[in-house]
Amino acid sequence: MNLTGFAIRYGFLLLLLGLVLLFSIVAEGFAGPRSAVFIFQSVSITGILALGVTATLVVDGFDLSIGSVATTALMLSAYVMVVLEMSAFAAIISCLIMGAIVGLVNGLLIVKARVPDLLATLGMMFLLIGLQRIPTEGRSISTGMKLPSGETTEGVYSQSFLWLGRHRLDFFLENLIPIPVIIFILVGIVIWLFLELTRHGRLMYAIGSNETATALAGANVNKYKILAYVISGITASIGGILLSARLGRGDIASGNNLLLDSVAAALIGFAVLGAAKPNAFGTAIGALFVGVLLQGLTMMNAPYYTQDFVKGSVLVIALIFTFALSSKGRKTGH
Amino acid sequence: MKIACQVSGIVKSFGPNQVLKEVDLELPSAKVTVLMGANGAGKSTLVKILCGVYKADSGNVTLFGKDFAPASPADAFQSGVVTVHQTINNGVIPDLDVASNLMIDRLADNSSGFFLRTQKLRDEARKVASTMDLDLDITAAVRDLGLADRQMIAIARAMTRAPKLLILDEPTSSLSANEAKRLFKLLSNLKEQGVAILYISHRMSDIRAIADRIVTMRDGKISGIFDEPSLDYEGAVTAMLGQKMVHAKLQVQEKGMPIFELRNAKLSKFSNPFDLVFYKNEIIAITGLLGSGKTAIASAIFGLNGLFEGDMLLHGEAYRPKSPADAISKGIFMCPKDRSTNAVVSDFDITNNMVLPFLDRHSWFSFLKSKNLAKKASVSILDLGIVCQSELDQVTTLSGGNQQKVMIGRWLSEKSEILLLDEPFQGVDIKARRDIGSQIRQSSRERATLVFVSELDEAVEIADKIVVLHEGSYAGIFENKESNIVNILSLYSGKSAGDVAMKSGSLNG
Repeated sequence: MNLTGFAIRYGFLLLLLGLVLLFSIVAEGFAGPRSAVFIFQSVSITGILALGVTATLVVDGFDLSIGSVATTALMLSAYVMVVLEMSAFAAIISCLIMGAIVGLVNGLLIVKARVPDLLATLGMMFLLIGLQRIPTEGRSISTGMKLPSGETTEGVYSQSFLWLGRHRLDFFLENLIPIPVIIFILVGIVIWLFLELTRHGRLMYAIGSNETATALAGANVNKYKILAYVISGITASIGGILLSARLGRGDIASGNNLLLDSVAAALIGFAVLGAAKPNAFGTAIGALFVGVLLQGLTMMNAPYYTQDFVKGSVLVIALIFTFALSSKGRKTGH
Repeated sequence: MKIACQVSGIVKSFGPNQVLKEVDLELPSAKVTVLMGANGAGKSTLVKILCGVYKADSGNVTLFGKDFAPASPADAFQSGVVTVHQTINNGVIPDLDVASNLMIDRLADNSSGFFLRTQKLRDEARKVASTMDLDLDITAAVRDLGLADRQMIAIARAMTRAPKLLILDEPTSSLSANEAKRLFKLLSNLKEQGVAILYISHRMSDIRAIADRIVTMRDGKISGIFDEPSLDYEGAVTAMLGQKMVHAKLQVQEKGMPIFELRNAKLSKFSNPFDLVFYKNEIIAITGLLGSGKTAIASAIFGLNGLFEGDMLLHGEAYRPKSPADAISKGIFMCPKDRSTNAVVSDFDITNNMVLPFLDRHSWFSFLKSKNLAKKASVSILDLGIVCQSELDQVTTLSGGNQQKVMIGRWLSEKSEILLLDEPFQGVDIKARRDIGSQIRQSSRERATLVFVSELDEAVEIADKIVVLHEGSYAGIFENKESNIVNILSLYSGKSAGDVAMKSGSLNG
């Protein structure tokens, strides 16, 4: 392997390693299990959303609605528990069903109504942002708030629901690993197994590369495309559930950055191991990369408002890795 | 004889691969020079050097005595070297109308005005279209046109550039016989105006129709130049391949049990109903010109569209496939035409391209058994003689002929009842064509094989029986015998005697 080949394949991982080493030396307290877990925790929700959007990128699609699906799940779970006074289980199930339905509708719009993916999911994003405000007339949901009907809410977030967002498991150290990190890793493994090792994943990659050829090889292209959006919808709703469990209230203003952050993670993932294509491992690494960088800079007292600039720069560099350096990067995607 | 373009000592390597090894070539004005060569001989690389896509490592090119080393395609075109590439969609812009497509170079020219003058643009486009005999609504969007029309537009567009050296890379591969004739007429007009033409083709019928000289390439070198008045076609083929090609001799095979039947089949409202039976261990070529209904039959059997009218029977029972997946599960496979659009998954390696339709047969609870896949692929690689380093090579690193072998191997790797091969020899050199043909014949014992081809010599080369279609109707079925050829030809081209004479030339090629 020549130098360019090596750089394309391992460059990004080496860069990540270098960053970790650099921060460990210059930023006091960066190296250590608590800090590492904090990084994982900070990227777990965006990471889960990014894994979903990866599935849509694989079939050469795109899901812009993930951020709004997550915030809708946030509001829905709060509504179910606080206003309808139902259980944590009911909240979780209704969020997952909502995510699946949104994914299904996205898929049908794209496959059956032939709306281009970006436009269909952009429309859906808009629709959901509006929809989640209607039941409470645009206010956040919390116990004791006044409803439009004049009643006062008496339901509370159930403890088992909050456990999802706040509990930490013991792992060598006491109270080390938060549940969202576990779920992020599990979702990552499941999506990775599905995309890399099953025939369904292989066919989805084939669809992303040449849809006609895959259809003529006997695959049900429409089914797989819809499936990709359903996966994306469900993972986004999982992200929303975890966000809700962390906040403990239906905060209308939360989750604004989810879409951009998770799309960035998925696109940065193209550059990992020289894949030049959407892949679950790369997406997870992409999310961690952003997390490491932000955590390190924060510990070095970089102001919060520089964060988006940093993320953007990482994304641009990753895209150069993918498209300019790699010979595989002929496909422009979106 | 005035030399328009002189190529001397061109060397070009890609990594360790020397693709051109000191190529010398003269292209005289007012002559059509046909460049023949097997896939991978270096034709495309040579063309890309002439039109400014690649730079030669050493050697030089002169154009009318002056040094010519174009830095970019635009540079080459400024100097009067115009190229029509094989990939049609690089030559047209689908979202614009025909007029804008024809005049696009004028639009891109910085010296033309800022505002669009639609009327003037259309007038000029109409002029270009009429010199080309292009019978098209020039306000129509190119998106809505067929491949053949797009190809004619790409060629017409090249004409607007007043070329001094015109390079055409396989221009007829998607044209019908009539359209090809129009193109040849145009080329002879240009020739009279003194344009030097370099014409790359595999098609014997094209070559016979227009070649003034033939130059053959093999392994990155010029292997033969033929410019005596009566061109030695056989010699040219031999020089191209480096060995004498024995014409494939067919033993008509003993046919087995009937497998498949078309009953009262109609392909369109205006066509006549017909019956056909396909037997085991039989290879049937279905031939006809572009638009004769070949694709309609293939699509119906593979479950893409239904028949317009009539029934299909598989093993005596009604067969109505709902989708390609349904057809495949019943053992009916189709290798589609136009491999880059319809077959090649360019992001995948050879293995994954080969096994794509049969992933379910090589998985355990949906998990792929990758060792099985690789084994399957390496067997096909050996059987078909695919030139590659391993089954893990990206499919796009292979030459066109080898890519086509991968696509054929895809459908030969599992047992089928009926194998439909739509234009299996498209863009493939004679050597690869023979490899593919013999593999198809060798493996045909347990199935019925239908080969859809528009070139009659390809049908003669592979089939036991030949079915001729004409304008959507069944025209006849013949044993593949020398004595039937004349009959086939007269039906093939729809009775016109002149056509028969022209076409028969291609038969011996």
